[in-house]
Amino acid sequence: MLETVALILVILVLSAGVLVLCLQSLMGAVVAASVVSLGVSVLFVLLRAPDVALTEAAVGAGLSTVVLALGLRKLGLWRIEGDRGEAHALVPTDRREREDA
Amino acid sequence: MALDFVSILYIGALGLLLLGTFGLVTTTHLFRLILALALAEAGVNLLLILSGYRGGAQPPILGFGPQDMPMVDPIPQALVLTAIVIGVGVQALAVAAAVRIYRRYGTLDLVALKAHLEGDLARKQGIAPPKSAEKPAGERPLSPVPPRPQEP
Repeated sequence: MLETVALILVILVLSAGVLVLCLQSLMGAVVAASVVSLGVSVLFVLLRAPDVALTEAAVGAGLSTVVLALGLRKLGLWRIEGDRGEAHALVPTDRREREDA
Repeated sequence: MALDFVSILYIGALGLLLLGTFGLVTTTHLFRLILALALAEAGVNLLLILSGYRGGAQPPILGFGPQDMPMVDPIPQALVLTAIVIGVGVQALAVAAAVRIYRRYGTLDLVALKAHLEGDLARKQGIAPPKSAEKPAGERPLSPVPPRPQEP
């Protein structure tokens, strides 16, 4: 029984890991990384480490996904509909030319 | 079942570590590099927790379950708890660095970034920027064999 649950979770985690590297959309890759974190946190529960599982679910799957998604938004690679994003502030400036001069 | 519980988890942890390392080596996008780092990190955490596991043991929590049962090793768990939080810190730092790099160079492609950085370093030292390793330096010499005449 325990083996079956572990096998299903390991297959889920590894396929989500492959998706992280293969998905074209970077937002999809971030969500796949979050799925990896959640699967690993359930595996921690099976390994009798409930405190680590709590931390992994809250910090690894929650906070890290928020950080990565906000980073994507700041890079202009992820856009909500009707949202201009913050990428317009990020166009490469003429700083290098000023430094050269 | 052919595989026991611990072997399945070892396969999962090592697979995650290998996937993350493969991504770190092969990707050309800076953001996907950060994601691959997070992947390898999850695999390492699973491997560390797995090193303290023993079959049929209790969670290492005082007053939880019967007192005369063996516990799993709490030391790797405490260390991994720290490693998870530090990992998120490293990720936030990497994302901040990626935003700064994008603001400076306008690209996240690692090959283009390497050329930009080497050019900047060379300009700072006042020498000519290095030639690209991806493109041949000059024209390719013509083959000594003349091309075959076209069939009528």
